[in-house]
Amino acid sequence: MTTHPDLLIVGGGPAGVSAAVEATARGLSVLLLDENPASGGRIWQALEARGASDQDDEAALALLQQFRACGAQARFRATVWAIEPDGQVFWSAGGTAHASTPARILLATGTTERPMPIPGWTLPGVMTVGAAQIALKTGGLVPHGATWIAGQGPLLLLYAVQALRAGGDIAGIIDLSNPAKNWPALRHLPAALPAAADLAKGIMWRRAVAKAGVPWLRADAIRAEGDTALERIVLTAHGQQREEHADTLLLHDGVIPSVQLTRALGCAHAWSEAQRCWHPVADAWGTTSIPHIHVAGDGAGIAGAWAATLSGRLAALGVAHALGRIDTATRDAAAAPLRARRQRHLAMRPLLDTLYAARAPHLADDTMVCRCEEVTAGDIRQAVRFGCLGMNQLKAYTRCGMGPCQGRTCATIAAEVIAEARGLPVPDIEPLRTRFPIKPLRLAELVDFAEE
Amino acid sequence: MLVRADPGSLTLTFEGRTIAAREGDSVASALLAAGVRSTRLTPRSGTPRGPYCMMGACFECLAVVDGAPNVQTCLTPVRDGMQVERQAGPRGVEDAA
Repeated sequence: MTTHPDLLIVGGGPAGVSAAVEATARGLSVLLLDENPASGGRIWQALEARGASDQDDEAALALLQQFRACGAQARFRATVWAIEPDGQVFWSAGGTAHASTPARILLATGTTERPMPIPGWTLPGVMTVGAAQIALKTGGLVPHGATWIAGQGPLLLLYAVQALRAGGDIAGIIDLSNPAKNWPALRHLPAALPAAADLAKGIMWRRAVAKAGVPWLRADAIRAEGDTALERIVLTAHGQQREEHADTLLLHDGVIPSVQLTRALGCAHAWSEAQRCWHPVADAWGTTSIPHIHVAGDGAGIAGAWAATLSGRLAALGVAHALGRIDTATRDAAAAPLRARRQRHLAMRPLLDTLYAARAPHLADDTMVCRCEEVTAGDIRQAVRFGCLGMNQLKAYTRCGMGPCQGRTCATIAAEVIAEARGLPVPDIEPLRTRFPIKPLRLAELVDFAEE
Repeated sequence: MLVRADPGSLTLTFEGRTIAAREGDSVASALLAAGVRSTRLTPRSGTPRGPYCMMGACFECLAVVDGAPNVQTCLTPVRDGMQVERQAGPRGVEDAA
């Protein structure tokens, strides 16, 4: 194992593998670490095992093959849990801790689904659409019977189509998007035309779902109910309530960058109003406010898988240049066509971001916000009444964000609840300070490490 | 429910009950395929929880796997003969050994 690679990449999804291919082609030694059993990230998860089912998959498989052949060292089932300010990276695999001291670090950690808190969302049987999609891709699990999908965004349709194709059936899709956004979204349609193929795909998915006879319901709100697990869902539309039997409810409200590592490192972040989330600040080469830390892919801002492959390559070029392996003219010449292609992939974003704009959640007091520590919206409002101003004070008041997930799920929502209670915009609320280790590890791993 | 036609040829146990699994499954996937929706009881109120994100972010799918507590079952590959128990409430320090 190279302990001093030129470039250490965290994450083997579209951005990470693309960066590895580009960096090795420029003569850099690369170590890539990923928590999963294989490369591909979420979008291409288990793709090499499943095989291609369309042209996009074929292109993805070709890229994963290139990655295998590129000479980068890769460790899967490897979890990065700390990065020191001097650039030392600590990670564990198979119960053993390791340290690497790369010249540069590229964080390509992708996204998590935006949490979608509804009453009853902690009941067993309520999962995310992304979770069901992972179960489909890795284990061939398909929805059957009283399985409902609710929320907004392209993944709702994509998952439904994939599930139907795999022989599943869906009780219904509940569209919670804001219909008032349809008209404002239309003005972004001309700009989206360079991505006409993606637009066509969306229309095809909608048709396939309709053809399969899956009911499409529009609703303003949804709640999950049951005693020890999900038993039914209750929809509200036009002031009317409708109850349906349910054993599985899949929620989705788009994706947001995973900022656990960049936050813990202290990188500067900026608020995206269009995507209603924080993202690390980076220059055209993915360099963050900390010069040896780079970001690429959706972890740097949501743009999709193919845009991520290009931002990964651009970051690799930036690193190769910074390490003196290529001159400025070579870097810029190689980057120009990548930037042009990336721009075409970004054409759809304003349309999607408007059509599926995340809304300020107006949670009932008894809706759970911090699933780990069981802190409700009402608990948070109470803390604000007692003088709590931001996320880090909230920890002391309520333990919100201090459970095993370390705020991955609740931090986004809790900030919304505080903002609403204080009558301020969300970016004015001090965000959660993330601390290393960003994933729990066993004391034995640390002890063995110290004795090495 | 999430279901599949081919349950697989590996077996593990959950709370003593035998469950089929496929090579390449995560423990959480195998449990869901067998109709198990809850893998733990929360430390604070003791309410049941189960797999939610399936990608290692939410820590809802924690269970005791072959005696080791706090295992993220969605990131843990199945092995034949694996023994999985529901994780109940807070764990004592003595479990850490």
